[in-house]
Amino acid sequence: MTPELESAYSGRKLAARAAKTASSVAVGLALLPLFAVLAYVASQGARALSVAFFTEPIGVRGAGMANAIVGTIELVFLASAMGIPLGIAAGLYLAEYASTPLARAVRFSADVLAGVPSILVGVVVYAVVVVWMKQFSAFAGAAALAIVMLPLVTRTTDELARAVPDSLREAALALGAPRWRTAIFVVLRTAAPGIRSGCLLAVARVSGETAPLLFTAYNSRFFNESLFDPTSTLQVQIFTYTMTPNDDWHAQAWAAALVLVALVVVLNVLARRVLAEREPA
Amino acid sequence: MTQRALSTPPRLPPRSLRASVEGNGSSVDRAFGAVGAGAAGALGLVLVGVAASVARIAWPSIQATGLSFVTTSVWDPSRGTYGALAFVFGTLVTSFIALLLAVPVALGVAVFLTDLGPRRLQRPVSSLVELLAAIPSVVYGLWAALVLAPILRTTVQPALAAVGGPLFSGPNVGFGILCASLVLAIMLLPTIASVSRDVLRAVPADLREGALALGATPWDALRLVVFPHARRGIFGAVLLGFGRAIGETMAVAAVVGSRADISPSLFAPGYTMSSVIANEFPAASSELHVAALAEVGLLLFVVTVAFNVAARVLVARSREGSPRASQAGAGSGGAA
Repeated sequence: MTPELESAYSGRKLAARAAKTASSVAVGLALLPLFAVLAYVASQGARALSVAFFTEPIGVRGAGMANAIVGTIELVFLASAMGIPLGIAAGLYLAEYASTPLARAVRFSADVLAGVPSILVGVVVYAVVVVWMKQFSAFAGAAALAIVMLPLVTRTTDELARAVPDSLREAALALGAPRWRTAIFVVLRTAAPGIRSGCLLAVARVSGETAPLLFTAYNSRFFNESLFDPTSTLQVQIFTYTMTPNDDWHAQAWAAALVLVALVVVLNVLARRVLAEREPA
Repeated sequence: MTQRALSTPPRLPPRSLRASVEGNGSSVDRAFGAVGAGAAGALGLVLVGVAASVARIAWPSIQATGLSFVTTSVWDPSRGTYGALAFVFGTLVTSFIALLLAVPVALGVAVFLTDLGPRRLQRPVSSLVELLAAIPSVVYGLWAALVLAPILRTTVQPALAAVGGPLFSGPNVGFGILCASLVLAIMLLPTIASVSRDVLRAVPADLREGALALGATPWDALRLVVFPHARRGIFGAVLLGFGRAIGETMAVAAVVGSRADISPSLFAPGYTMSSVIANEFPAASSELHVAALAEVGLLLFVVTVAFNVAARVLVARSREGSPRASQAGAGSGGAA
């Protein structure tokens, strides 16, 4: 190697090393806020958590958030019951009739809908459901969350079902299975682990959604008596307490944040587990 | 042998059997198709429904304020004056600063995950970045209001104020445009990083290998081959991040300061389109107030949809690959 070539190469090596260092620094910068947020939520939350937090309803001082915890779980269940079946049906349709104009248009609008700010979903559900029923309700909140879930579930199902090899479809059809049986018992079943994982991720996502609940499920200091009453949720309660200048309430908000983050992280880990089972080593 | 198999005409099942199979399947099949089409159609309808119903509630305000809605910045519900310019300004400024902060870091992370990082670290870092995206927006808001804003007030903003200039002057309360931009940057990071990672991964391996085989360092390969190839997709990732920043609500609402002002200072309290809806909609005082907030929502809808459509088109095109890439793929396929 001639000296000038050698020196040119060492310059490039230096640049490569600098780039490597810079990308590591970027990773450090990205993970810093993650650890900062998690550390604060864990330490402040753990300090404020108590048995009363899980057993007492929202109140003035030292009380808990039992009704908000129940409210969050209730809304997520209801939203899943509405959003997941509809999303899977739509996604399966998109995959099985992939190239029809309707499928293309719907796929595109699912992508666009996934990008629409969730607060607008709240406005719409307010305009349609809340105004129509003349009151805030758990049902309205769940409908808003279901709309947020819908494009996520649809696109996951669509993509995974399209990834199922055509040879499986052809084998089923060749054995005389009609198209709907092929779709449900061959395509859907083959793609099931991935779809389960996608649904869990969608559930995790809406468990933390707050904006669409502000004026649909609204808030309440009591356990709701029916699904058509306003309902308190952990998310909305955290926001309400964040905006107050009261230290006791801030402590409650940290505790609620800890419960919420734990819920979301557990759902995410579960989703990954389900996905990992699909790919044996 | 294959010749003979091919030359035999395919034998169809007897007509009666065929009829029974088709007859058995087709009515249920048609029902299946209809149910699926219904579900898919419902999804399309939701999107149209969002636009239509927001526009319908906004109509009184559109009629009452006309163009002055987007050209004036006085927002005073008690006097019935509605000008949304300050919200548009706040949204654009916070999103822009957030992008400025997030894009370099996100690209660094993406490159770490595809090319430059040690392979055994790539998977854990990738999961941690996804965890960053999983934390709910309200939790970021809580953290920003109670931890980040005090840090800004006591250390960061005084230091910046020492630098001087119109950007770094004015009241120092912690809450404001700068704080909102910082939280937004944290929240955008995982979106931009993971989409760019996917785009970079979609660059055909032969291009990278070719560059490396010619003696390029990993950085040279990235700079000269991978980045030019993935340029459009990365731009799409950034647009997607921008779309997300514009719509982000809870974290911003917690720290933006909630004042409809247009000020050059980054320390000043501001307001954004989404956070004004979050704060005022539940307690809107009059029908016109509700309509004006819905019109803000309509603006928000149009802007985010435009950004998302543009971003999706760019990302999808870069995934399909340029003609050069498909040629390279075809070439290697032929050689194998």
